[in-house]
Amino acid sequence: MEGEKTVCGRDLYPENGICDKSGMYREIGARCLAFAAVLLLVLAPGLPAMAAQNPGQDVTINVYNWGEYIANGTDGSLDVNAEFTRRTGIKVNYTTFDSNESLYSKLVGGGADYDVIIPSDYMVSRLIDENMLAELDFSNIPNYQYVDDSFRNADYDPQGRYSVPYTWGVVGLFYNTDYIQEEITSWSSLWDDRYAGKILMFDNPRDSFAIAQFLLGQSVNTVEESDWQEAAALLKQQKPLVQAYVMDKIFDKMESEEAWIAPYYAGDAAILVDNSDNIRFVVPKEGTNYFVDAMCIPATSRHKAEAEAYINFLCDPEIAGANMDYVGYSTPETAAKAYMDPEMVESPVHYPDEEILASTQVFVNLPEDTAKLIDKLWAEAKMGGPGESAVLVAIILGFLALYIGILVYKRRKRKRELA
Amino acid sequence: MKKAGGRIYTFLIFLFLYAPILVLIVYSFNDTETGSRVVWGGFSLRWYRKLFEDRLIMEALRNTLVIAVTAAVASTVLGTVAAIGINGMKRLPRRIMMNITNFPMVNPEIVTGVSLMLLFVSAVRLFGGRSLGMASLIAAHITFCLPYVILSVLPKLRQMDPNLYEAAQDLGCPPIKAFFKVVLPEIMPGVMTGMIMAFTLSIDDFVISYFTSGTTQTLPIYIYSMTRRRISPEINALSTVLFAAVMVLLVIVNVRNLKDQSGQQKEEV
Repeated sequence: MEGEKTVCGRDLYPENGICDKSGMYREIGARCLAFAAVLLLVLAPGLPAMAAQNPGQDVTINVYNWGEYIANGTDGSLDVNAEFTRRTGIKVNYTTFDSNESLYSKLVGGGADYDVIIPSDYMVSRLIDENMLAELDFSNIPNYQYVDDSFRNADYDPQGRYSVPYTWGVVGLFYNTDYIQEEITSWSSLWDDRYAGKILMFDNPRDSFAIAQFLLGQSVNTVEESDWQEAAALLKQQKPLVQAYVMDKIFDKMESEEAWIAPYYAGDAAILVDNSDNIRFVVPKEGTNYFVDAMCIPATSRHKAEAEAYINFLCDPEIAGANMDYVGYSTPETAAKAYMDPEMVESPVHYPDEEILASTQVFVNLPEDTAKLIDKLWAEAKMGGPGESAVLVAIILGFLALYIGILVYKRRKRKRELA
Repeated sequence: MKKAGGRIYTFLIFLFLYAPILVLIVYSFNDTETGSRVVWGGFSLRWYRKLFEDRLIMEALRNTLVIAVTAAVASTVLGTVAAIGINGMKRLPRRIMMNITNFPMVNPEIVTGVSLMLLFVSAVRLFGGRSLGMASLIAAHITFCLPYVILSVLPKLRQMDPNLYEAAQDLGCPPIKAFFKVVLPEIMPGVMTGMIMAFTLSIDDFVISYFTSGTTQTLPIYIYSMTRRRISPEINALSTVLFAAVMVLLVIVNVRNLKDQSGQQKEEV
């Protein structure tokens, strides 16, 4: 096709057909390529301009919350965001995340501009430490008065200047009474070898370590390396008894009776207790982790007043009540309970007794060294320590040896054939 | 005997491939209060009803479709034009071009995603924007769809008799008109296949979208965000709908290919 040199007056007489064919063809090809390049060039600068928000229009706030964490109008619930827009005229661009860490990476990575975010306790304290949150103007959030005193100024935000609690909950033990006859009262049941192979554990370091730490009587926010080592040793000891390290699979495994005992967040697992007679919930006597998801405004927000209006709206007892009815977590506002399903309000799963709450601890941000240490220890505990990685290395070396063996064999064979 | 063994083997392989999807579809019709994924509680369409009531899912779906359609059309236009350009090149530049084109396909998605994010973030900052969003998502999707379009159009161009185009011009047809009247109809099957490929790729992309989405949410991102709480069987219903949609598209592509082949065979005869 290509290769022949052509010179022809194609520009002057494009349709006279005297010109060499392949050259002509190539010509149009080159033009097309140029066109593609030009199109790209024309499009490219337009992109950021399109991405920028049009200031002339009505205000839209960007809200970033956990997935499935707000009443959205399905099953006859209140559509919280639509109601907010109806009342204030402020539009809501509502998006969701799966973990505190992905929220953090979105905030740090740039390219996203949020006005309201709802991270958990320890992430709130981390964001405060890193100056990434804006101080709230509480005169714009009059409904803050409904937030119970016990939820104000928690350890993760000691002065209560950056966050307003959205939901809270505790971690507890769920167990199947068909298989476990005794009354469970302690985290040590997760180390009971009568239930070997039927025990589930959290698949995240902070929650799993916390359980070991409650047993050891440590603070969950300790920065002593020896404390973490001790807790890790306990987790390693537990490993042979554990069926699996899982998160939301706990529901399936408990429901299908594949597992008998598992720790989980009360708000999520309450539905299990409500719907089956043989699953019970208990907060162990050693104390437990109490967690809060709190509403904050990133320091980069451009619509702070509107964001505060949104937070204020979510704190309205009537809205909070309707919202929590759907979400299933606990509300920090006593006033909101009047608007909720009374069964939920009285349930000890959702609202444990005062004395249980007195022995709870909340996570705060840990220094980076400690965080790294935890990650390392957790990987070791879960993988079964250096013993198993030695096996892994042996397997890899085995494969390598096999591969080399095959190569050598093939080369020899070829040589023999040649000879 | 041998044949039966082969059949059983094929059946097992297909079972292995499709059983998870089948289970997912079956449980999308499960009627339970708890949204169980393991205990069967009777047939119902409640999750489908809930799915279509859910404004957030619907918005994510709308975003996904807008992005997929725009990206498919744009990458098809760009890809076709580029394929024609590449086809007209000499051997060496064509080789180089093809390698450059293929590179994004073998590149791990996460690398593409992160590098696009870095590029877009700096571009947005440069032009005084605030946030990534729909535009950056579309640009990213066009980027990763492009090679697939080029790859499906190029073989059609190679098959085409290059003399046809010149013949049209010999008969007095201006180049642009000749392209639309002669070249385009010839390569149309490849163009369509490329477009449908681009569309399906765009619809279920997660990794690249995750990094370039800014404050816009697509369906796969929304589903992923549900994993902390219980994943509602709404997602089963949604996956069923998506699966059906992708299935239909694939069937269309395959039927097209089939028709195409039989058409060629006839011509050869």
